[in-house]
Amino acid sequence: MIKKLESYKFLFSELVKRDFKKKYKRTVLGMLWSIISPLLNVLVLLMIFKNIFGNNRPHFIIYIFSGTLVMSFYTECTQGCMRSLMANAPIFTKINVPKSLFLISKSVQAYINFGLTLLVYFVFCLCDGLTFGLHTLSLIYPIVMLLLFNIGVGLTLSALFVFFRDIEYLYSIFLLLLNYISAIFYPVDIVPEQYQRLFYLNPVYVFIKYFRIVMIEGYAPSLTIHLIILFDTVLILLIGFFIYKKFNHEFLYYV
Amino acid sequence: MPAIECNNVSIRYKTGDLQQIGLKDFVIKKLTHTYHVEEFWADRDITFSVERGDMLGIVGTNGAGKSTLLKAITGIMVPTRGSVRSEGKVAALLELASGFDNELTVRENTFLRGALLGYTREFMHKKYDDIIAFAELEDFQDYMFKQLSSGMKSRLAFSIACLVEPDILILDEVLSVGDEAFKEKSARRIKGILANGVTGILVSHSVQQVRELCNKCLWLDHGRQVAFGPADVVCNAYSAFLFTPKEQRRLPADEAELTDVSNRFRVAWRIGVKERAHPEDFPYFIDKNETETARIQRLMNIVDRLSPEERQQIEDEIDGVDRNAPPEDTGEITAAQVMADVAIEAEYDEDAD
Repeated sequence: MIKKLESYKFLFSELVKRDFKKKYKRTVLGMLWSIISPLLNVLVLLMIFKNIFGNNRPHFIIYIFSGTLVMSFYTECTQGCMRSLMANAPIFTKINVPKSLFLISKSVQAYINFGLTLLVYFVFCLCDGLTFGLHTLSLIYPIVMLLLFNIGVGLTLSALFVFFRDIEYLYSIFLLLLNYISAIFYPVDIVPEQYQRLFYLNPVYVFIKYFRIVMIEGYAPSLTIHLIILFDTVLILLIGFFIYKKFNHEFLYYV
Repeated sequence: MPAIECNNVSIRYKTGDLQQIGLKDFVIKKLTHTYHVEEFWADRDITFSVERGDMLGIVGTNGAGKSTLLKAITGIMVPTRGSVRSEGKVAALLELASGFDNELTVRENTFLRGALLGYTREFMHKKYDDIIAFAELEDFQDYMFKQLSSGMKSRLAFSIACLVEPDILILDEVLSVGDEAFKEKSARRIKGILANGVTGILVSHSVQQVRELCNKCLWLDHGRQVAFGPADVVCNAYSAFLFTPKEQRRLPADEAELTDVSNRFRVAWRIGVKERAHPEDFPYFIDKNETETARIQRLMNIVDRLSPEERQQIEDEIDGVDRNAPPEDTGEITAAQVMADVAIEAEYDEDAD
């Protein structure tokens, strides 16, 4: 696939450019929105939940920001991927291009957004008196894995979406649910001890947890967390590739 | 080694429930075993091969499977059965104006389309001005694509696609883009590309165009291959088919019948040209209101009544004439050809209904 991408480099960059231009078309602030909207999101959550959960909790703002950082990238990327095949149907039914390119370019566009938000996140960490060290470098791992994980989910969703447009509605409900079960704005310890382990079944939570451990608690997470992330990512990527490969040639009949 | 080779290519479309229903209906229908997928063979057992430098015309009425076959050749679709093999870089001009992004400017769309067609960035930078100049869109470069007229859109699409120096050029009804002046310009560009030994495929509703540009011709009907052979033979037989009233039409069953129909049509056409040029020689059947179909039918009937010797005589006369060079009664031929094309267009519209 890497080799394929290499030969489509120009197309790929044009597609990313297009996705960006369309996203910020007719906005005054343009790309600044990539920074402003997650900030506003964090501030709203902070205003509401500070008094409920955060009174005696240090760095609660970073706690929330870690959650929204991961969640907003996950949401944007998977939703974008889901629609990318249908949105580009007029192109791939007329020109012979690998369909996965549309999906990956969409992911990369979301990834760049994520990168911008990440910068703001680090600035916030600094302002909040958190320190950076060698352990901060371990963040590279979830940052890379999260992209792969999202692409895996995106591959699955985009294929399903071609067959059933219901997926769009079902998925937005799922996202809402995910938002609540990923402990974004509440501490895990409000849940009874024996259930707290269940959070680890949620891959998005594991990614969030990773960020929190590194930034707030200040050390590199355990091997177990690394392995959970590896397992989740590989599994979802395999499922994605399998579904995509299987139905790749069927898409034409449904669009 | 042929440049393009199709072996028993069959393409099946799936229709029926799967396109309309959502998840709920799907589950219900699956559970009640009423889920129902219809199959539709757009192409069946198409076999042909063209050599490098050949120009293949594909003719057939609407729904014959021409565009689907092109999709298989360009690799957009994978044939359900059989195989397609092509040698070299394929440039396909299918339904040109679709696939552009309405929200982007002309400039952005040009680069995007160039990228989609597999050009490099350097190549696009070098050629951008040429593309815009050829499309005559110098004043519209920063306009939103949706603000262009449909003619402009097609012109842009044509200009981008025709910049390539491909090994195989595939044209689907693209020679009818833009106004007359642009049509002429684009036809010249295509001829220029073809003159460089490029292999080409042309799908056209204008038999005249196929005759002019192609040396081989494939005739499809409802997904089946009717004939594949030299362009003039197949085109003649196909024209004869088109000029037959619908209920009396029949497809030639074998090569011998194809050749026979083709020859009869050729002779009939020749008589027709004479008839128009010298109506004084044919006083008994000048009917100004006669339709082209009726006329060809009448002429074909005349040919059937001719003795073999008389037929041979007219045939010899045809063979002495270079088909592409205009014979002395030029004006009349053109008029007849125009009428023929009009009749075919009408036919095509009728089919669409």
